[in-house]
Amino acid sequence: MNWTGIIAIYLHEMDRMRRTTVQSIFSPVISSSLYFVVFGAAIGSRIPVIEDISYGSFIVPGMIMLALLTQSVSNASSGIFFPKFLGTINEIYAAPLSTTEIVIGFVGAATTKSIILGSLILATGLFFVEIYIMHPFAMILMLVLTSLTFSLLGFLIGMLSTNWEELSIFPTLILSPLVFLGGSLYSINWLPEFWQNVSLVNPVLYLVSGFRWSFYEMADVSITTSLTMIFTFLILNITAIIYIFSKGFKIKD
Amino acid sequence: MSVDILIKIENLKKSFQGGLEALKGVNLEIQRGEILALLGPNGAGKTTLINAICGIVLPTSGSITVDGYDVVKDYRRTRSMIGLVPQELNLEAFEKVFQNVSYTRGLYGKKKDPAFIEKILRDLSLWDKKDSKLRELSGGMKKRALIAKALSHEPKILFLDEPTAGVDINLRRDMWRAVRELKEKGVTIILTTHYIEEAEAISDRVSVINNGEIIITDNKNDLMQKMGQKNLTIEFQEPFNEIPSSLGTYNLKMNNNISLTYTYDSQGSSTGITALLQDIKSAGLKLKDLNSSQTSLETIFEKLLEESA
Repeated sequence: MNWTGIIAIYLHEMDRMRRTTVQSIFSPVISSSLYFVVFGAAIGSRIPVIEDISYGSFIVPGMIMLALLTQSVSNASSGIFFPKFLGTINEIYAAPLSTTEIVIGFVGAATTKSIILGSLILATGLFFVEIYIMHPFAMILMLVLTSLTFSLLGFLIGMLSTNWEELSIFPTLILSPLVFLGGSLYSINWLPEFWQNVSLVNPVLYLVSGFRWSFYEMADVSITTSLTMIFTFLILNITAIIYIFSKGFKIKD
Repeated sequence: MSVDILIKIENLKKSFQGGLEALKGVNLEIQRGEILALLGPNGAGKTTLINAICGIVLPTSGSITVDGYDVVKDYRRTRSMIGLVPQELNLEAFEKVFQNVSYTRGLYGKKKDPAFIEKILRDLSLWDKKDSKLRELSGGMKKRALIAKALSHEPKILFLDEPTAGVDINLRRDMWRAVRELKEKGVTIILTTHYIEEAEAISDRVSVINNGEIIITDNKNDLMQKMGQKNLTIEFQEPFNEIPSSLGTYNLKMNNNISLTYTYDSQGSSTGITALLQDIKSAGLKLKDLNSSQTSLETIFEKLLEESA
């Protein structure tokens, strides 16, 4: 393994995050804080407590998950798309690095950014609402696995995109609706039965549910199902990346 | 003396997804320690060939070995030996020079060596720009930064893709000097160019590529001797209106009413100069001056391209 090469990519990407702290860290943290203020303190005070949990506390795991999913995809996709767009990707292709090493470098950095971001949003939430974590290990596991899985997905999108429009299609048209309709701000138990069943098709639901369970033992689906789903997404993403790299599809023409 | 082949390319073909056949069965052997100029017009396949050797494009078929190692199977060994200065000035905008050059060294798995990076930057007159952002550099400075990056991991082979395109004459001379110094250190250098004078000035051998095929590869001097014709310019003391009929059998061209150019094959057993001069004397013309010159590589290149078209 070319560990020095992996570390070079990783640090290079982390440095890019440092240069864009406002965009990649402050912006999502401020957005989440606004949600906590509006939904937690203002509107939330008029929503009855759910199983002894105030609405403000209830939405914290969902808000963190929302930021993790969108920012992981956005960071990882732009992380690999920028060098492709600038043409600087060629120096990575010309270096003695395997596909796996390139993916570890880029996705590792994007995952780290998401974990930092998730932790910051959690810390911010503490200022606005009461939060307790009943299963810290499960919480950390879900945080890491979700960051990793969606960073891999973002990497895949960035790799396959040939222009800015393609880069934004998935986050805007698919991921955002899935995230908002995946129970980040509500429990699917509040929906009519038909829509509850429809919601079960949404993969994001399993992530939000599992993450919320780690906080309050409150879930739409069992934690085992949630973990099975996240592992399945992870394996699917890894398989897809291995496949497209082995074919050189849209990468090394 | 046996020739030490460092890079061997056999029947290399590359077709792109759009259907363009950029390389149509290239065979080329690059010798250790030489400077090879890869000449060809735009779109001839020069960059594709380089990119295939460096691992940036996947060949459709054929093989490339570097020091006996296959560039696909043993890519770690081959790529570690190669440094590439790309044609385009593609650089990260916001990174600083020193940091970015060190980053490239890291990609090649080499431990940090600030002293070595400093030496490269000093050699390339970039040291005072080490803390400048790459986007703040001029075009010529960006080119130097790309060379610094290519040298950062101490390659044994250096590819220079159009190294002096768009750079001023001072930088061009600096680069030629740097290239010669690298050769003295044992680095094998392959440069693509369409500035024939560049190939003429610094290369040992020349390979001409057109439409995805290598037309000829030869020692530069041999090529010039083989393909080159010599011109003898003859200036007379008094003007004349036409070439005297007694000189009709010679390959002569009137430049103006006081000078002629005689073109002859430098490889021929007899150049015909002695006979021509005697016939000029017999025709009553008085010589003022004689000047001989060799056909430039540029003319040879054009001739080769015409023949291959």
